[in-house]
Amino acid sequence: MIDWLALTVALPLLGSVLVAAIPARSPGIGMATGLLTTTAALSVGVLIAHAGEPRSDLGGWGVPLGIALQADGLSGALLVMANLVALGISAYALGYFASGLRRHFWPLWLLLWSSLNALFLAADVFNIYVTLELLGIAAAALGALTGGQAAIAANLRYLLVGLLGSMTYLLGVAILYTGLGTLDLRLAAESLTPGPLAWTAGALMLGGLLLKAALFPLHFWLPPAHAQAPAPVSAALSALVVKAAFYLVLRLWIDLFAPVVGPGPGILLGALGAGGVIWGSWRAFRSERLKLLAAYSTVAQVGYLFLLFPLLAAAALPKQQELLGALLLLALTHGFAKAGLFLSAGLLQKHAGHDRIAELGPAIRSLPAVAFAMGLAGVALVGLPPSGAFIAKWILLTESFAMDRWWWALVVLVGTLMASAYVFRLLENAFGPAAHLDAVELGGDVQTEKIGRMIQAPALLMALVAVVLLGLGAESLWGLLGSSSP
Amino acid sequence: MTLRHLFLLGTLAVIGAALAWVFWDAVAVQAPGRLADLALDRVPESGVSNPVTAVLLNFRAYDTLLELAVLMAAILGIWSTGPDVPGFLPAGEVLEKLTAAIVPLLILSAGYLLWVGGHAPGGAFQAGALLGAAGVILRLSGRPDAGLPLLTWLRLTIVLGVLAFVAAALVLMAAGYGFLTFPLAVAKWVILAIESAATLAIGATLAAAYLAGEPLGVRT
Amino acid sequence: MATQLLFGLVGIILFLLGVWSFLAHRPLLRKLIALNVMGAGVFHVLVAVAYRGLEKTPDPIPHALVLTGIVVAVSATALALTLGQRLEHEDD
Repeated sequence: MIDWLALTVALPLLGSVLVAAIPARSPGIGMATGLLTTTAALSVGVLIAHAGEPRSDLGGWGVPLGIALQADGLSGALLVMANLVALGISAYALGYFASGLRRHFWPLWLLLWSSLNALFLAADVFNIYVTLELLGIAAAALGALTGGQAAIAANLRYLLVGLLGSMTYLLGVAILYTGLGTLDLRLAAESLTPGPLAWTAGALMLGGLLLKAALFPLHFWLPPAHAQAPAPVSAALSALVVKAAFYLVLRLWIDLFAPVVGPGPGILLGALGAGGVIWGSWRAFRSERLKLLAAYSTVAQVGYLFLLFPLLAAAALPKQQELLGALLLLALTHGFAKAGLFLSAGLLQKHAGHDRIAELGPAIRSLPAVAFAMGLAGVALVGLPPSGAFIAKWILLTESFAMDRWWWALVVLVGTLMASAYVFRLLENAFGPAAHLDAVELGGDVQTEKIGRMIQAPALLMALVAVVLLGLGAESLWGLLGSSSP
Repeated sequence: MTLRHLFLLGTLAVIGAALAWVFWDAVAVQAPGRLADLALDRVPESGVSNPVTAVLLNFRAYDTLLELAVLMAAILGIWSTGPDVPGFLPAGEVLEKLTAAIVPLLILSAGYLLWVGGHAPGGAFQAGALLGAAGVILRLSGRPDAGLPLLTWLRLTIVLGVLAFVAAALVLMAAGYGFLTFPLAVAKWVILAIESAATLAIGATLAAAYLAGEPLGVRT
Repeated sequence: MATQLLFGLVGIILFLLGVWSFLAHRPLLRKLIALNVMGAGVFHVLVAVAYRGLEKTPDPIPHALVLTGIVVAVSATALALTLGQRLEHEDD
C-alpha cells in the first residue's frame, strides 16, 4: 500500500537527511531523490486523472483529529509543474555549483522541495503554517548562499517579512480554531458562516499570505531577494515559492472565504493585482540588470494572477471553471517560463561575468541555445501564441468583456505591451552583428566561464514546455480541473 | 513619536478592538471543548497517556515531523553562512565549578523529561531544550565546541530526528499500516524511539545554532 | 471564562505591540524581538482557547500547536540572527 501523497513529502526529506549526513555524495543522492520525488508527484497526477481527489489521512485518525493530505485538479497540476521545474533546476544545479557551495545547496534544496510538495497537498490550516515556515527558512537560507553583503541583506529582509506574514497567518488560524473548533479546511468550510469571524480570520490569514505572494504593494522584498540569489535558487523562488503562496491564497479564497465574504475583497485583490502588473512591468523595463528584470517580471505576473479574482467572484458557476482553468494555465506557464529565464540568465551571467543587460550582447550571441531558451521564455511571459499564457490571457480578455468589466482587459493589454517592451529590449542584443568577442569585452569583469552543453538543456526544455506543450496541451487541463472542488 | 507612528498605532488599536470583539464572541459562543473531548477520548489509543504528547507524536505527528525539518533547515542554513564565531575565553574558577555542577544535572533532567513525557508534562522538545541549554553553558564557559561531537557525528546527530521519524513512517507504510500510522501494540515504543532521536537532534541543533556558523570540525 | 478572556486579550495586545515594533523600529534585533513578541501573543491566544475551566483537562490540541510554534519561531530567529551577524561582520 503506497501512499504517493505522503511519499512526495517524505522522499525529499529522506534525501535531505542523506545529503546532510554525507556531503561528499550530495549531487548523486540529490539528483536521485529528485527523480524519485518527481515520479511520486507524477503518480499523484495519474491518481487524480483516474480517481478524482485522492486523500490521505495520516496516522489513520481522520479529521478533525488528525491531519489529511489532499490533492485535486488544481493542486495536482501545480504539484506536477513544481516537481518538473524542480527536477530541471536540480539538473542545472549539478553543473552550476562549485564543490564548496554544493554541499550546502543540496540539503536545503531538498527541504525546500519537500515543503513545496507538503504545501500543495496540505488540507489542514495549521499544517499549512508549518510548511510555510519550512519553505521560508529554506528559501532564505538558499538565497543567501553566495554570501555577499547584498544577498544576505536581501534575504534577511525576505526572512523577516516572511515571518511577519506567517505570524499574522497563525493568529488567523488561532481565531479560526476559536470560532470553529477545527483545523481541517473541508470541515472549516462547512462550518464557516458570514460574519465578523470570517472577515477577521480571512483578513489575517489572507493578509499574511499576500505578503508572501508578493502582491503589490507588498512586493517590495521580492526583487532584491530574487536578483541576489544564485541562479537556480532565483528560478525556484520566482517560479515556485511565490506560486505556492499564491496557491494558498487561491485555495483559502475558493474553499473557505469566497462563499462568505462577498465580492468586495475580490475587487480589491484585482485592483492591487493591476497595480502589480503596471508597476512590475515598468520597473522590469527600467532594469539595468537581467536578474532584476526577471524578478520584477515576477511581480507583474503575480499581478496577472490576482486579476482573475474579481472575475471569479462575479462569474456564474460554469464560467468559473473556465476562469480557473485560465488561472491555472497562466500559473503553470509562468512557472516554466520564469524558471527557464532565470536559468538562462544564470548561464549568461557565468559566461559574461556580469548581468548588465546593455553589455550582454556578446555573451548572448556566443550562446545561441541559451539565447533561444531566453527568447522562448520571453514569448511565454509576454503571452504570444502558442504559449499557454496566450490562451489564458485570451480567456481573461474575452471574459472581462463578456462580463462588462472591460477595465481588467485594459490592464492585461497594457501589461502585455509593457512585457513585450522589456522582453524585446532584452533580446535585441541577440540580433546584432556577428559576435566579435574581444578579450576586452568578455574578460574585463569577474571571472568568466565556459558553458558546457549539458547545463544548457534544462533552461531550453522548460522554455519549450511553457511555449509549446502547455499551449497545445491546454485542453487536457480543463478535464483535470473538472475534478476540482467548485 | 512621528505622525506616521501615531497613525500606525491608531490603525493597530482599531484592529485590536475588532480582534478582541471577535475573540470574545467566538470564545463565548462556540461550544466549549472544540476538539478537546474528541482528542481526550482517543488518547488511550495513542500509546501514551499524556494528551499533549499523544497529539504531538501520534494524532498530529506529521506536523511534528515537519517541525523537526524546520529545525534542521535552520541549522543547515546557519552552517551555510560560514565558519563559527570565535569562542569565549576559558572560564574562571567559579564559572567552571558551576558549569561542572549544572551541566550533568541538565543532562539528567533532559533524560527524565524525555521519559516522563509519556505520562506527564514533558517530552522530546522540552528535553532537547535542556540539552541545548547545557551546550550553551559549555560554550559560554569557554569550550568552543559547546560539548558537541565533531566531524561526521555532529552531522549525524543533527539529522537524527528527521531520519528516525521518516524512517519509522516509511517502514510502517511499507508494512501496510499507513504512513505515520502507529499500531497500538508498538505505539509506545515507536514514539519513545522517535522522541529519543529527536531529543538528541534538538539538543545538538540548539547548541550548534548558538555557534552561529559551522564549527571547524564539521567541514571535511 | 474571565481567565480565558484575559489571556486572549493580552495575547492580542502583545501581537499588535509586536507588529507595531516590527514596522516602527529599524534595528534587526528589535525586529526579531518584535516577531517573538508577536509569536508570544499568538501563543497566549491559543493557550486561552485551550482553557476549559478548572475542573476539566485543557484542550491538548492548542497546546501542541503552541509547542510546534515555539520551535519554529526559535529556528527562524536563530537563522535571522546568524544572517544578521554575517552582515555586521562583513562591515568590519
